[in-house]
Amino acid sequence: MSTATTNAVQMVNVQIDGVWLQFPKGTRVIEACHQAKKHIPHYCYHPKLSSPGNCRMCLIEMGTPKMTPDRKPIIGADGKPEIGWIPKPQISCAQDVSEGMGIRTDSPMVRECRQGVMEFLLINHPLDCPICDQAGECKLQEFSVEHGNSGSRFLERKVKKPKSVELGPRVTLDAERCILCTRCIRFMKEVANDDVLGIVDRGTFNSIACHPDRILDHNYSLNTVDICPVGALTSSDFRFKMRVWFLKETATIDTNCGTGSNITAGSREGKIYRITPRENDAVNGPWIPDSHRLNFKYVADERRITVPIVRPQLSEFAPNWQQTINLAAERLKKNAGRVAVLASARATNEELFLVSRLTKAVGAVVVDVLPRTGEPDGMLIASDRNPNTTGAKLLGVATGKLADIAAGIRDGRITALLALGEDATKSGLTADDLAKLDAIVAMDILPNATTAAAHVVLPASAPFEKRGSMINLKGRLQRLNKVVPAPGDAHDDWEILRDLILAVSGSNGLHSIEEVFKAMSAEVQEFAGITLSRIGDLGLDIAAQPQNTP
Amino acid sequence: MISLLASIPWEMLIWSLAKAVFVIFLVVLPLVSYTVYAERRVSAAIQDRVGPNRTGFPTSLLGFKKDLQLFLGGLGQPVADALKFILKEDFTPGGVKQFYFWLAPCLAMLPLVSLAFIPFGSSFLGEKMVIADVNVSVLGVFAVTGCGVYAIVLAGWASNSKYPFLGGIRSSSQMIAYELSMGLSIIPVLMLFGGMKLSDLVQYQADNGWLLLPLWGGGLSAERWLMLLPLAISFIVFTISVFAETNRLPFDMPESETELVAGYHTEYSSMKFALFFLGEYAAMIVGSSLIVVFFFGGWSLPFIPDGQGHAAAFFQNIFGDFYALLPDWLWGIANITVFFGKVALVLVFFIWVRWTLPRFRFDQLMKIGWLYLFEIALVNIFLTAAILAFTK
Amino acid sequence: MAYVVQRPELTLKEKAYLPSIVSGLKITFGHFKKMLKGETKVTMQYPEEKWDAELPEYYRGAPTLVKDEHDRERCVACQLCEFICPPRAITITPEEIPADSRFAKVEKRPAEFKIDMIRCIYCGMCEEVCPEQAIYLRKDYAINGVTREEMVHDKKKLYELGGVFKGLVHKWNPEK
Repeated sequence: MSTATTNAVQMVNVQIDGVWLQFPKGTRVIEACHQAKKHIPHYCYHPKLSSPGNCRMCLIEMGTPKMTPDRKPIIGADGKPEIGWIPKPQISCAQDVSEGMGIRTDSPMVRECRQGVMEFLLINHPLDCPICDQAGECKLQEFSVEHGNSGSRFLERKVKKPKSVELGPRVTLDAERCILCTRCIRFMKEVANDDVLGIVDRGTFNSIACHPDRILDHNYSLNTVDICPVGALTSSDFRFKMRVWFLKETATIDTNCGTGSNITAGSREGKIYRITPRENDAVNGPWIPDSHRLNFKYVADERRITVPIVRPQLSEFAPNWQQTINLAAERLKKNAGRVAVLASARATNEELFLVSRLTKAVGAVVVDVLPRTGEPDGMLIASDRNPNTTGAKLLGVATGKLADIAAGIRDGRITALLALGEDATKSGLTADDLAKLDAIVAMDILPNATTAAAHVVLPASAPFEKRGSMINLKGRLQRLNKVVPAPGDAHDDWEILRDLILAVSGSNGLHSIEEVFKAMSAEVQEFAGITLSRIGDLGLDIAAQPQNTP
Repeated sequence: MISLLASIPWEMLIWSLAKAVFVIFLVVLPLVSYTVYAERRVSAAIQDRVGPNRTGFPTSLLGFKKDLQLFLGGLGQPVADALKFILKEDFTPGGVKQFYFWLAPCLAMLPLVSLAFIPFGSSFLGEKMVIADVNVSVLGVFAVTGCGVYAIVLAGWASNSKYPFLGGIRSSSQMIAYELSMGLSIIPVLMLFGGMKLSDLVQYQADNGWLLLPLWGGGLSAERWLMLLPLAISFIVFTISVFAETNRLPFDMPESETELVAGYHTEYSSMKFALFFLGEYAAMIVGSSLIVVFFFGGWSLPFIPDGQGHAAAFFQNIFGDFYALLPDWLWGIANITVFFGKVALVLVFFIWVRWTLPRFRFDQLMKIGWLYLFEIALVNIFLTAAILAFTK
Repeated sequence: MAYVVQRPELTLKEKAYLPSIVSGLKITFGHFKKMLKGETKVTMQYPEEKWDAELPEYYRGAPTLVKDEHDRERCVACQLCEFICPPRAITITPEEIPADSRFAKVEKRPAEFKIDMIRCIYCGMCEEVCPEQAIYLRKDYAINGVTREEMVHDKKKLYELGGVFKGLVHKWNPEK
């Protein structure tokens, strides 16, 4: 319903619960009701999938205009058409709105229908909410409270179905909990284009199953868990780990590739338990790939660098933060003019902005980011596996001169290396090259060849532990949020860079991430007029931003 | 040198030392701690509670399964209290006047000095049972007890805190007010007796009947019976004044906890607080001793002879042979026991009153002191004088 | 305007104050005497005398975990008690029951179940919220320890205190 299409699409008049409203032709009745703030309970309907209309939960009372024998609508006393109500309830998810249509979402018949449907759906339900991972975000629970009965009239034995079936490496099925809405089947067929799921057996023994020769191992299989309205499909990774009501949900973005999918990270007491997609039609829709969703375990890795390291070791105690920064700055100053900076395109814009400042402060000969590519999957995984290459280019950190670092070290023009969150050995340097250097200052979260050789190592933060902004491959500026606190003495990356700049060249008056963004927007044209809070949860297309207007 | 040594009255020195050690360390200090215990048990009984009844010897600390319970449960309580006070942190708050802050609790124990003038027995092995048998011992006692106010005033001022300060001020005005009526109220006794030596006063009562119980010897005279009226008034005024002087309820304005947190000793902890606490009970013991000495015949009890085996003539005639049967030193010990027994009874009365009466308002307290007790004591003196003039 | 409180007129006897003191002393002496005679009803002397036998059925002592008559731990680690616990005394680590277990059908159980008895306020919310009737407030009230660690009841201790409770939940019975 964007403004551009209003004129082109014909609008129809629809009466919802006695109020006449206008909707574009082709709108589904359930969507029209949602837009009118009348919530229709539903299981099988999903806006991104086709509508089979099999759960019967979205039943409403519907009517069409009464017609005169010459097919003219009869106009009532209020000037609106009189509606002839259909005596049987209709499903709202498979029906488009039409001119003069009447809808009742809360009539006694609708209420009775919902109650009846709920009773049927729960007949064979095992009621094992205490162990069900869906409990707390289960539509069965919610609608049972809103529309169901308090007790069961079912006296017979419940139907037994397979439980804890591993459909694939990442998805577990409990067929007893399943209400056969077929969302998962439709997802695999229509979105993932891998039609491995289906319904087997007849009548009351109907159950979801995988093709006998196949397993559900598609890289988008965990999305079926997200869209499953009940606890039938559960994530094997998250299974029995934590109840969902304990999870603190933080809106952030995925940093595994240049797509920048929007995600919600669930954490409790400083530990991440699961990642779920966050709907953003401009980026990823409601889906994310499994490989990205499960890549969060490294945040709680035992090998995390949590204290500053100085080599050679000065004393048996780890040096404090300021001492480490000062030592790093000393080494860099000694080699001023012969420094190479290896930045990371996994860093946020704010960090890259400070990197460019630091580059100037230490008089770096060369600065570049480490490229990282992979096979694109044609859906949500981009070939560029760095999340912020666009930002790095924009801020002048990605220069494409990576090869100059190795060459410079070998011919002696470069005697110091700043490795900011990347392993230098992956950029063409060998251990011998590193050994030649007079100063290596590294900042990272996990130990690698560079941090092993570095003279000063500063513990940094993982993407889930910091705030900032990134620009995806399509030029959308999106916000990264802090999900969990950084462990030990690890600092925010921008704070490390700020401290280094301070120690090398004196005050810069930056005390918060917002101030860094402000300084950046003053210097970089593309960020003009934007603040960190203005980016919002869904991001901004900075290509579409009017330039130089506040 | 030898002549110098010879000139020192060794015998007197040793006797005085022995008496002082006996009274202070063997009798009064244990009496103080068990008065505290009695206070808790009696108050508990009055309020239908049990009170501290289970402190035994902590043998469980040494690895045994249970604590050792000896006698009545709870008799170890004073020991435990003392241990607790000693082991607590001795905290000196910042901003206090260090010297006076430390001096005040030392002065709180001053009332013990006045025990030197009080005859706590007749005689033992020919030695008079009073540490300093001076001729003006009444004045001595009053002089020393009057110094008690210094501890409270100094503590209040040196603490540099408002509640102790208010407590100190209240205390000084209260002490001055009641010191007067206390001094005046005792004058009829001295007028009747005609001296200021306490040991003689007790001997007089032993021979002629207690001042409030003139039943034998010279006590059977009309003069003594007439004198009962002013003496009774004198007794009441004196007793009330002693309550006020020792800061006991209903006169505990200096530390009234509902108004002043804990009054003058708010800032004190550990042993310094304990000294105030013990000083208060020591003052109670001195006050009780004075009441016993002035009005209840000190160590004397009819039927029981003094340390030389002599009783009042009336009893001597009847039981004289029996007295001679037992050695004199045994009678001397009996006299000492009688004295401290009487003191203990008065102490129980103190406790009893404390758990019966509520506290006065400060203005009421001043009014009672200045407008009633002072005038009554003054009039009482003239009454005594008139009676004496008529009868002599 | 100031409100003047009318003070009662006192008689001379009342003004003299001493008679009322005497009557007060009489009252307190009465109590004293009764106490000495042992006529006063006093509080229970706790460690020697106990009331354990008379504790009511609904007494709320220490929370415990119970097993059912088949020796199955009733708790399925739903963590509702952890959620409801007002002082946050409960910490549960859930785990999946291995497939070779007798109770594999139940699927989930607590790997560790800790109740910090320093935090516990004996409110009984955990018992009330439990959908499996696995946690009960029993009659133990003298919970003590020398260290903080000792005061944290782990799963083993909780089952020790709770024992077996035969009761209503038959949900996990394979016949049902």
